[in-house]
Amino acid sequence: MTHTDMDPGTLANVQFRQVGKPLTRTDAPGKVTGRTPYAGDYVMPNMLHMRVLRANIASARLTRLDVSKARALTGVACVLTADDLADRTAATDIPGQTGQKRLDTDQPILVKDRVRYFGEPLALIAAETRDIADHAAELIEFALEPIPGVYDTLEALKPGAPLVYGSDNIVAERKIKKGDVEAGFARADLIVENTYRTPFQEHAFLEPEVGLAWVDENDVVNIRVSTQVIEHFRPIADALGVPHNKVRVRGALVGGGFGGKEDLTVEVYLALLAKQTGRPVRLEYSREDSFVGHGKRHPFILTYRTGVTKDGKITALDVQMIADAGAYVFLSPYVILYALVAAPGPYRVDNLNVFARAVATNNMYTSAFRGFGALQACAAYEQQMDEIANTLGIDRLEVRRRNFLKTGEPMSTGFVPPSAIWTEQCAEKAWAGLGEPTPAEGPIRTGRGLACYQQSYGRLTFLHDTSEAWVGVEMDGTVVVRSGVTDIGAGQISALGQIAVEVLGVTLDNVVIYNSDSAVTPLAGTTTATRALYMTGNAAKQAAEGLRARLAERAAQEFGVTPDEIDMAFNEVFVIDNPEKTMPLVDLVRTCASEGIHRSELAIFRAPFGDFLDPETGQGQAHPDYAYGAHAVEVSVDVETGEVEVLKSVAAHDVGQCINPAAVEGQIQGGAQNGQGYALSEEMLYEEGRLITPSFSEYLMPTAMDMPNVECIILESRSGVGPFGAKGIGEPAMTAVAPAIANAVADAIGVRVFEMPITPERVVTALQQRDAS
Amino acid sequence: MPETRTITLRINGREEEGRFPAHRTLLEALRHLGHMEVKCGCEKGDCGACAVLLDGMAVDSCLTLAWMAAGKEITTVSGLGDLDAPHPLQKAFADGGAAQCGYCIPGIIIAAKAIIDEHPEPSEDDIRLGLSGNLCRCTGYTKIFEAIADAADDMRAEGGAP
Repeated sequence: MTHTDMDPGTLANVQFRQVGKPLTRTDAPGKVTGRTPYAGDYVMPNMLHMRVLRANIASARLTRLDVSKARALTGVACVLTADDLADRTAATDIPGQTGQKRLDTDQPILVKDRVRYFGEPLALIAAETRDIADHAAELIEFALEPIPGVYDTLEALKPGAPLVYGSDNIVAERKIKKGDVEAGFARADLIVENTYRTPFQEHAFLEPEVGLAWVDENDVVNIRVSTQVIEHFRPIADALGVPHNKVRVRGALVGGGFGGKEDLTVEVYLALLAKQTGRPVRLEYSREDSFVGHGKRHPFILTYRTGVTKDGKITALDVQMIADAGAYVFLSPYVILYALVAAPGPYRVDNLNVFARAVATNNMYTSAFRGFGALQACAAYEQQMDEIANTLGIDRLEVRRRNFLKTGEPMSTGFVPPSAIWTEQCAEKAWAGLGEPTPAEGPIRTGRGLACYQQSYGRLTFLHDTSEAWVGVEMDGTVVVRSGVTDIGAGQISALGQIAVEVLGVTLDNVVIYNSDSAVTPLAGTTTATRALYMTGNAAKQAAEGLRARLAERAAQEFGVTPDEIDMAFNEVFVIDNPEKTMPLVDLVRTCASEGIHRSELAIFRAPFGDFLDPETGQGQAHPDYAYGAHAVEVSVDVETGEVEVLKSVAAHDVGQCINPAAVEGQIQGGAQNGQGYALSEEMLYEEGRLITPSFSEYLMPTAMDMPNVECIILESRSGVGPFGAKGIGEPAMTAVAPAIANAVADAIGVRVFEMPITPERVVTALQQRDAS
Repeated sequence: MPETRTITLRINGREEEGRFPAHRTLLEALRHLGHMEVKCGCEKGDCGACAVLLDGMAVDSCLTLAWMAAGKEITTVSGLGDLDAPHPLQKAFADGGAAQCGYCIPGIIIAAKAIIDEHPEPSEDDIRLGLSGNLCRCTGYTKIFEAIADAADDMRAEGGAP
């Protein structure tokens, strides 16, 4: 099913004892026995229950809002409207923990007069029970006077379009101008131009947004919440108008994030009502609230115009991208920046012109989602590579091979990624992994597709990202790790444990990891941007190494050797090559304690700090480093019904160094599922901004009946900038899946569906259009 | 106010009493009684996160009224085993990396228990069909299928139904 592939020629001679082993994750036993408390499982005495009342029209003026009957209802503790908030707003911009100034993009916490999207919050209710809160919501009287809205990016760009943002609806623009594109096209034997479209996608984490807030004895608002980012305590404090040290965010193990719990969710609402009522307040979104209440993946329209020689070499590329930002800014400026940087994919394109725009509409706002714009770019550039191959009549892998960016070569922004670029190795292994073709039968056609990718890991370098971790060893030899990082299900904290015990020579069952508490765990930054292992893993490794150095020095003194002769493994400390000289770690720790040698270390890891890309040319360093890999699939397509089934799904990724192979495979297999839904069935549909797919009955993600067993081929170049040479796999796992499926469908039926998801209707329509022409 | 009634629920082998209105779902009642291991994902029967065994059959507790469950045997994931003595399914899920965020897992392990009870030697199709009412967003299901097959093997090797 799964195997690990290593290239002995490039490996350092490192023998790991804990890292790289498929150990049972530290968080697993609690989860499988139902013992793990999630944010929604905390309750407090005297707790109130919240409900958010939302607008049911996407573009309107709020002409009347009367909450008097709701306030008068027995059991209602508090109802807040915009009138109670003195024009307070909440940040929508990227959470910056390192002093970067936020853009001026705040959203009103509650609608004052203008509704810009379906579901925008009108009022907050706190009551003794959920039933009473629901009843109170029904008693609120409001009137919305429709205002002409705009629901399509191309319409929004036309002169005279209804204005949602600024003077022209343009939220952000980015460009790359590199080489001489006109000369490149002039040299081309052929120019291939196509436009690709991608949909709104919903994160669909199984745990809806939830939290519990209370005010403590220090007048600090505590919020226990399901979030990827505990450092929202700062924008929460800003929204409340209190100092930053008066808000404490405590996470919990998160029931799925995927970017959907990267922005603020319920925190500000909870904090406002906890402060207002002086009582603990709980808010749990229903599934419909969740679907309506958080941002989606940006739909993109991507036009690729590629000049190629007749032997398939790219001579020039022009890319135009338009992303639907929805009604508020949120992370759109950064999502299109990722798309911009990723535009040519893992290919060497010296003559490059990219123009990316985020455009405001009255659709649901869009923000972070696994892949973050780079994934939409991949959806286009990998379909385009197949179109080029098919037009030239060259093998699809071969065309890619002739253009792959190689280790040490400059990418789109002129930056040379510091790590190995193993796209070709990954592509060959994934493609070969499909094995023997499945024959077609009657109306069932089969086809194969391949897609390769480049995806960053780590945040944008101009954000000056840092992460802290603390590692200590207890008097009985057990290890404690403290880090503010949130664990959103990928095994983030278990990996920290594995790293710490590797360095300290302890076994994984002897570590406890405290995480995600903004008041007591060292701030580690966000669990976003495939950065947790890279950033916090490096911080934990540094902290553990600092502690180890101190312990080794004392042990060396004990044994009469130098510290570099000391090793630590399996809870023992010993002199290398001298088995006589050994002692239990616990004895060494007690010695250190009695002599006042401190048994802990706090470390900070700093990513490379950079400046913003050149605004005219887009040249510079956008990210610390990049991951590369490939996904291959085989599909069957019923040409009578248009139904697509994924028969085989094979992924090959260079992860640098596996920390936990089972967790890496889990990311890859989950990414395959997330990408398969994106390609074939998942689409948030809006009608004049109104969500018409508000449940899992309408929004269709792959079930156990739909998913093939996903094969994982893991390559380890040990060249990444993460701990022990690791790269990241959270986002990379998903990036190439959807275009691989699109390419397989086109291969099966001989015609391409240029818009995702590739639904049965679209397949049948494409076949009919082909037959008609 | 709606009519309320005191009912006795038999949960994981113990009787517990609660007073609930007619519209209260079994999901809400179980969580009200402190059974936080039963998770709420959609309240519409779409996702299966709240699945429990009701007289041995896997049901969505969000679609079952609390009153209707009175007198029946209710089993949650915590009733199958605990940290010291995990059920073979729980052990296989933990060791096989089948739980990621873990939110769907209490419902999925309950569905898996129903699959193995019906098919001690489950085929891949038995497993897939038995899980078709449970959504997972993290794993792609592959490791879940493997964990269920592994647990079924272990249970047959141990020679008895748990």
